[in-house]
Amino acid sequence: MSGSPAIRDLEPDGSGELRQETMVINMGPQHPSTHGVLRLLLELDGENVVSCRPIVGYLHTGIEKNCEYRTWQQGIAYVTRADYLSPFFNELGYCLAAERLLGIEAPPRAQVLRVLFCEMNRIASHLVWLATTGLELGAISMMLYGFREREIVLDIFEAATGLRMNHSYFRIGGVIMDLPPDGPTKIRELLRLMPGRIGEYERILSQNPIWIERNRGIGTLSADRALALGVTGPMLRAAGPARDVRKDEPYCGYETYEFDVPTATEGDCYARYAVRIEEMKQSLWIVEQCLDRLAEPGPVMVEDPKLRWPAQLEVGPDGIGNSPAYVRHIMEESMEALIHHFKMVTEGISVPAGEVYQPVESPRGELGYYLVSDGGNRPYRVKIRDPSFVNLQAVPSMLEGALVADVIAVIASVDPVMGGVDR
Amino acid sequence: MRAGELAERVRARVPDVTVARGEVTAVVDRTRLLAELAGLRDDGDLAFDFLSSVTATDWPGRVPRYWVSYELSSTLHRHRLRVKVGIAEDDARLPSVTALFPTADWHERETFDLYGIVFDGHPNLTRILLPDDWEGHPLRKTEELGGVNTRYKGAFVPPVDRRTT
Repeated sequence: MSGSPAIRDLEPDGSGELRQETMVINMGPQHPSTHGVLRLLLELDGENVVSCRPIVGYLHTGIEKNCEYRTWQQGIAYVTRADYLSPFFNELGYCLAAERLLGIEAPPRAQVLRVLFCEMNRIASHLVWLATTGLELGAISMMLYGFREREIVLDIFEAATGLRMNHSYFRIGGVIMDLPPDGPTKIRELLRLMPGRIGEYERILSQNPIWIERNRGIGTLSADRALALGVTGPMLRAAGPARDVRKDEPYCGYETYEFDVPTATEGDCYARYAVRIEEMKQSLWIVEQCLDRLAEPGPVMVEDPKLRWPAQLEVGPDGIGNSPAYVRHIMEESMEALIHHFKMVTEGISVPAGEVYQPVESPRGELGYYLVSDGGNRPYRVKIRDPSFVNLQAVPSMLEGALVADVIAVIASVDPVMGGVDR
Repeated sequence: MRAGELAERVRARVPDVTVARGEVTAVVDRTRLLAELAGLRDDGDLAFDFLSSVTATDWPGRVPRYWVSYELSSTLHRHRLRVKVGIAEDDARLPSVTALFPTADWHERETFDLYGIVFDGHPNLTRILLPDDWEGHPLRKTEELGGVNTRYKGAFVPPVDRRTT
């Protein structure tokens, strides 16, 4: 491990005391401030960080390998568990890639629903980031507020998909079902509530001397360095470049929505905070536009019976499940429907051979899905380019000349989700 | 720039270029990899200066067995390109691109970890996702999946690729 010669090579100062050696210390993998099971090998000279080596892999679950042995539709339930704070983005990247391999496109209403859920997911994810960062930097009340508002978003997810996380709501060819009748009302309530709440966060934090002291000028990453290290998302935009997949390579009709890509120039922890707060406001704006578009009814899944999921689902009191009417149809009325259901569920769909790379803009940056098909009913290769994995590489660079306390602020500002990093 | 037009521009540098599903893929030889990537990065009209991802695919029984792919994009022109290199089963080595794209560090470690492809010149080519003492490279298609011994009546659940139901 390389040390800093400027500190190491100092001569004894004449007082007869020798300099103490640097201390190598493990932070994690169970440290509460490392957002899951991230381990940092720190070399410290007193309070100064001499070097830092992030060590990942403690949450490796073999999602990519698992997907190779499941049908195309089953893969959704695996990838949604990778970055568990942004499940909709994982589902979206996977489904869009599979749809491009198939040469199909989801119906317009399904695309609006996808944008709607992704943007609400972005808000929920940024709220967790704000809550945990607040907790770690001493703003305990921020933790309570962040999780309080996230709960409202998760309630909407639960009402629509039956689950608070890992929804498997986006499917190849659309989404599994339409919003429940009270969905738009719930979302309007969120839209009414959130701007005031975000203003509250800003009043608590933006001018707070401790918040400024802990964040401003800390963990600075220049735009050049960020690009060289492959950093994307709010971390990159906080350093200047307005790189956003939604603008650069629009998908799901993002080019037809009005929104800004917030940027800052400082590239420090405070700039990342400012960018994420602004992104939540932009997401609210997009959600509002989605609601207006949902006034028009329409199908939410492609019509082709050889592609669409056969079952009709309903959200019941114990989550999502087959609707009783559909079960009666296949069990009592139609033998053909039962055979079709059986074939689609066990064998699944076949996808033409080829390869695609589909990026989407997740709350943490460019989330890419590289799917390879050999023409069979299972993916030949599923590669998840997770933004947290790449962004974590920049941590040693951001910690040059930092203090131990800054390590917490810097890790928090990266917003890594280890489920995505280790996959 | 549209995919066809981009493919023409890339073809001026690398002859083997294909367009499929709106994506441009260039196949280069292992010995030319570093030179071509540097050229694609420094060419002002192409400016592929951002490396999103490095990964591999495994095709046992075919020649070449492994394909390593580099997902490039341009922060200036906002277009994308995939560069692929085929490597043989008995000589699974590639030069590391970390000197051109520092972000390749962890991507190459992951590819080494999961596929056993060696990147010559990498500053620290160690396992990244699996434990240091793990044997084998699990994303290879030839890797044993292993089954599960259950405690119930000595039953054994066979690996997923050998199940009959």
